[in-house]
Amino acid sequence: MMNKVKREIPEEVRGNNKLFAGVNTDCKVVQRAAPKVRPIKLGEEKLVASIEEVINKLNLCDNMTISFHHHFREGDYIINLVMDAIAKKGIKNLTIAPSSLTNVHAPLVHHIKTGVITNMTTSGLRGELGEAISNGVMKEPVRLRSHGGRARAIEAGDIKIDVAFLGVPSTDLYGNANGVKGKTICGSLGYAQMDAKYADQVVLLTDTILPYPNTPISIAQTDVDYIVKLDKIGDSEGIGIGATRFTTNPKELQIAELVKEVITKSVYFKNGFSFQTGTGGAALAVTRFLAEEMKNNSIKASFALGGITKPMLTLLEENLVDTILDVQDFDKEAAISLGQQERQIEISASYYADPHNKGAAVNQLDVVILSALEVDNQFNVNVMTGSDGVLRGAIGGHCDAANAKMTIISAPLVRGRIPTIVDRVNTVITPGESVDVIVTEIGIAINPKRRDLIASLSDQGIPIFTIDALQEKAYEITGTPKPIEYEDKVVALVEYRDGTLIDKVLQVKQ
Amino acid sequence: MEIINQSTSGTLESSDIQIILGPNKQGIDIDIRSSVQKQFGEHIDMLIRKILSDKMIEHAKVLVVDNGALDCTIRARMETAIYRSIEGNQRVEWGVIK
Repeated sequence: MMNKVKREIPEEVRGNNKLFAGVNTDCKVVQRAAPKVRPIKLGEEKLVASIEEVINKLNLCDNMTISFHHHFREGDYIINLVMDAIAKKGIKNLTIAPSSLTNVHAPLVHHIKTGVITNMTTSGLRGELGEAISNGVMKEPVRLRSHGGRARAIEAGDIKIDVAFLGVPSTDLYGNANGVKGKTICGSLGYAQMDAKYADQVVLLTDTILPYPNTPISIAQTDVDYIVKLDKIGDSEGIGIGATRFTTNPKELQIAELVKEVITKSVYFKNGFSFQTGTGGAALAVTRFLAEEMKNNSIKASFALGGITKPMLTLLEENLVDTILDVQDFDKEAAISLGQQERQIEISASYYADPHNKGAAVNQLDVVILSALEVDNQFNVNVMTGSDGVLRGAIGGHCDAANAKMTIISAPLVRGRIPTIVDRVNTVITPGESVDVIVTEIGIAINPKRRDLIASLSDQGIPIFTIDALQEKAYEITGTPKPIEYEDKVVALVEYRDGTLIDKVLQVKQ
Repeated sequence: MEIINQSTSGTLESSDIQIILGPNKQGIDIDIRSSVQKQFGEHIDMLIRKILSDKMIEHAKVLVVDNGALDCTIRARMETAIYRSIEGNQRVEWGVIK
């Protein structure tokens, strides 16, 4: 049986999950899960000398689920340090449930091969780890979830965390932690807040201990079992790697210019509008271009959302944006600013994007600009697998934010010899149903169901094509790529944000 | 045409292709390493064979490192390599090559 985006999910890997049936969730009432709590005794201290000692205290054993956050992105030391210590203890068959994984987590491949890790859920897989999983190193398929989808899964008990190992830039000795003070700051701890609230046991790992009470309180003492002091928990510079390129690439600038045109000529560009931009050269340039137009037209935005970057701070400082809702910081400047700017507010992953709470911030979004590895002529978007079928991306908040009033996907028509607009994306992450405009360097395509946008953006000097025409133009340049060959084995399942299955990733053929 | 000496053309930059072309005892041997092997490996192989046969070259060894070059680039780099390989045997008038 096919799901709504015409993908087949084999019965034997489906488990209890329903198939994707559309962006509107049909879930009526949710029973939330709750953690077990071991009350802290009077006079009890939480500081433990080492990771090894805390593992003993936790009674960490086979088959447990442990979690991490990825606020340090490419600068994270915690996951590798903790997993190495766990492996040395001889513990096996763990499920790891980090909010995401990056290139620095390649050492996990070894722990998979030796049976320490046998199950995994994450938002991203890159580098050697992505390649190993695409080549079938794991027996069980990895569960890929968006940031909103992970928050939902934790709240619903789909992910039941036994122990959360959370790296925090600073904490006091009783567990009040934040990401804006300390030696190695990361800014928002929005993803980690889910783990702190729902894990049975919570361990904070830090390189900076501050006097009690350490404020602001992003993670509260009421949720923390143990604290471990390390020499260094990460590298703040690694937060921005790959995200904050200041582009001079004419193709990206042309795309950014067209995105700006689409936004400013739409009905959404008015006082009080809201927006989210992703990372990458074009998205950052859009923020800059948009700022100019806002000044010229005396338009001020009510809020900006999502992963926060330096160009966004400039808008806040120039009073072009009222409030930044900050679930994650994509560079050191944004992380520092969270500690200083009153109008930059830390929010949790649930507040940001969870489809099964009483209203997430993404529901309030007017305009979002997102990137893509591939878009197909049904407007489905892939941000997870490369053109060779190998896992090398991250869902992030892509499908969460894509339900904005106007969802813009910016992507070059071709990358080298690889067409970006294709007839069938390798993996559906965000369904075309929620995508409105595709912007390439030669022009835009508007989802036919958005007749209002077609009417309002026509005759405005923006080149408009059908999505099929864009695809033909891409193939004219590159030639028609041979479809990727796969084995039968499912290496990953893609959950849509509401927990339904939207696609699978198969093992690539060697 | 006959491939006399080994020649190189192109670079390892992205969207370029580097070709090392040399003589071969018997037939055409092509070794392709491409960043788009799965999608375009066969196509690149066929294109190179076609360029060689258009130049009536029957014996050649071709080593290709491709970083996603388009067909026009592959053609240009192949032709350059071919003319460099036949130099010494005959003088190439680079100014009149079409």
